[in-house]
Amino acid sequence: MATVKFDDATRVYPGATRPSVDKLNIDIADGEFLVLVGPSGCGKSTSLRMLAGLEEVNGGKIWIGDRDVTNLSPKDRDVAMVFQNYALYPHMTVADNMGFALKIAGVNKSEIDTRVKEAAKILDLTQYLERKPKALSGGQRQRVAMGRAIVRSPQVFLMDEPLSNLDAKLRVQTRTQIASLQRRLGVTTVYVTHDQTEAMTMGDRVAVLKDGLLQQCDSPRHMYDHPDNLFVAGFIGSPAMNLIGMPVVDGGVRFGSTTIPVPRGALGNAGSEVIVGVRPEDVDVRPEGDGLPITIEVVEELGADAYIYGTPQAGQVTKEEGIEKPFIARVDGRRPPEKGATMYITPQSGRVHIFNGTTGERLVD
Amino acid sequence: MSAASATAMREVPVPACPRVWETGGVALDITASRPDPALLDLPWSMPLEDWPADRLAALPRGISRHVVRFVKLSGRILAIKEIKAELAVREYYMLRNLGRLGLPCVEPFAVVSGRVDAAGAPLDACLVTRHLQFSLPYRALYSQSLRPDTAARLIDALAVLLVRLHLAGFWWGDVSLSNTLFVRDAGAFAAYLVDAETGELRERLSDGQREHDLDIARVNIAGELFDLEAGGLLHGEDPIDTSERIVHRYRELWDELTAAETFGSGERWRVEDRIRRLNDIGFDVDELATVTDLGGTSIFIQPKVVDAGHHSRRLLRLTGLDVEEGQARRLLNDLDSFRAATDRQGEDEELVAHDWLADIYEPITRSVPPRMRGKLEPAELFHEILEHRWYMAELAGQDIRIEDATVDYVANVLPSKPEEKSILGVDTTEIPVHAVDTQELPVVRRTAR
Repeated sequence: MATVKFDDATRVYPGATRPSVDKLNIDIADGEFLVLVGPSGCGKSTSLRMLAGLEEVNGGKIWIGDRDVTNLSPKDRDVAMVFQNYALYPHMTVADNMGFALKIAGVNKSEIDTRVKEAAKILDLTQYLERKPKALSGGQRQRVAMGRAIVRSPQVFLMDEPLSNLDAKLRVQTRTQIASLQRRLGVTTVYVTHDQTEAMTMGDRVAVLKDGLLQQCDSPRHMYDHPDNLFVAGFIGSPAMNLIGMPVVDGGVRFGSTTIPVPRGALGNAGSEVIVGVRPEDVDVRPEGDGLPITIEVVEELGADAYIYGTPQAGQVTKEEGIEKPFIARVDGRRPPEKGATMYITPQSGRVHIFNGTTGERLVD
Repeated sequence: MSAASATAMREVPVPACPRVWETGGVALDITASRPDPALLDLPWSMPLEDWPADRLAALPRGISRHVVRFVKLSGRILAIKEIKAELAVREYYMLRNLGRLGLPCVEPFAVVSGRVDAAGAPLDACLVTRHLQFSLPYRALYSQSLRPDTAARLIDALAVLLVRLHLAGFWWGDVSLSNTLFVRDAGAFAAYLVDAETGELRERLSDGQREHDLDIARVNIAGELFDLEAGGLLHGEDPIDTSERIVHRYRELWDELTAAETFGSGERWRVEDRIRRLNDIGFDVDELATVTDLGGTSIFIQPKVVDAGHHSRRLLRLTGLDVEEGQARRLLNDLDSFRAATDRQGEDEELVAHDWLADIYEPITRSVPPRMRGKLEPAELFHEILEHRWYMAELAGQDIRIEDATVDYVANVLPSKPEEKSILGVDTTEIPVHAVDTQELPVVRRTAR
């Protein structure tokens, strides 16, 4: 087990006009589960492959523990890529399926037996060790495949979208298993996904990347409550945060007929308008005339809650981030407003996010 | 995709709008360059593993984490793999791109998506590829009686394939015997890529990427051979030693194809020698970097672009025969012998080749009774007859006419050969991972940091 450090790590592909990964700095603690997440082309897989030794590092360094691995070959880094290829062999027992790679590596038989038994115990596969894979359920087979990586006892596990070819049910189930297993093993793990739900449910910390740049690296809770910029605010959370442009007024930021109190100093050089972010669940429904009027277009009743999809009335907002997106509010499912009605809302106190409309940076903590 | 990463990975053509076919109330999306309406007759509303036996061709399927089936359709055999739609479309275009680059791989036929079962529940998409005639999965080869060095010959073929893929910038990610098909090639084998699901095409591969593929190949091959051993099908080879062969063979070939050489200006013949050495192992040099030092006393050379198929291209140009590289080399040798025997060294090569084709090759390959033509491809059959003639001549202590060797071969050797055009009746194995587990691992609660 070991710490991992990306130290200004940079990757520029030949002929590219800008880096695919640009001065990445992340310190990963020993035993931590770090998830790299972002849209396609953000540099998350490239970052993982730089750590694995599969992409050249053009600038900066990468450390595993106290070793500078920047120029080491993949096999000398003591890392294991999980699930790249998890073929199970039908004539071999579960134990042999888990341990054969150690045989190739020259590990002696008693050591292989010990490691396989330990892994099987962790994976709840002990009773199946002498069975053939065909006798196992899909989830158990998946765990045998994990066992192949576990018996290698690497310092770091690397996982690149390992669930992408599983069906939806097995994906959710395996997600839980991987997170649970990682905590039992305590092995430092770096996991890549494009799915923010996967990232938020699995990681001790989540690192959001965009265009090769690290946007924020934080615990899921802190990132959800305090996104550092507009991109993270819009990317993390489902349904996404509402982001609307509002004018700066005396004492704060106007929000319909009310004012969100913000000290002028906190707004810095934001200018005459800012972007206000409100999560759908952080909305209070107010009496008519109090707050921002929203015209309701769709009401989605889910039982305990209902989701309202609507549009702020004309003249109320200066700019809508992603104009095609409706404003979403979660309201009491037992008394939802009707489609076509106008609903007045204000953000709950302490649950409002304000961003610089030009730079996208968070303005108020 | 960002501009930066777009330069790292080659442009994959954007899929054309799929054709949507209404089939009894179900809309199927079919992506294909030349869609065959007969595709619609297949039972797409059933999970692939439940397709009725009368629709299937019983071909060996190898080890797969997906459900794979073979069907007969419009006189050809198709392989169908059930897989998530985005992966199916990606693999379809990847296989097309590899084919355009002239790399040996299976030919993609279609992607069928939008499938739903009888109850309206969605089913995974299917990637459809053409079955490669006379191809042999390694597991099928091991069910036959084999020469003791079969594993080594398979590994050698896979090493050539991997080098060719790497030279073209293809990072496979799942190199294995299971993901490869083998075609007989003048006593050896030629390897074809079957599964491109994990692959990426790049401008060039880093050493780390090539090493990663090699490491995966070694572990997978050892696993596959251990599995054959556990099933009692291995014939004395050591799985670990054999799996290490891929590393040695790959490195030897990679070095021969890419290494730089420096020599004195008085040894200029070594440029020609290097090119001839590459030709001998079946590669043409399309671009050779040559640099002399300032004083002109030493010369540095390094092949920059090499292209497999030196002999097969030459044979194709001379005769129109499109065969594997080893077969081409064998046929070209026989063509040279024909030229010498008929004393026509001074004549135009194309004319002699035309006569060899008309007088020797075609009569010999056509003399096989139709019922036995599914056993071997014509070029491989010709190679076998040449081998047979050699053995007969050695035994007799004199030359044997090829016509006589053919009669003897067809009467005494060919009948015992297995049918290989589309081999049947071999044990198949697949271990798809899609069932839902009933036994969960206990969830460990996250501790706050």
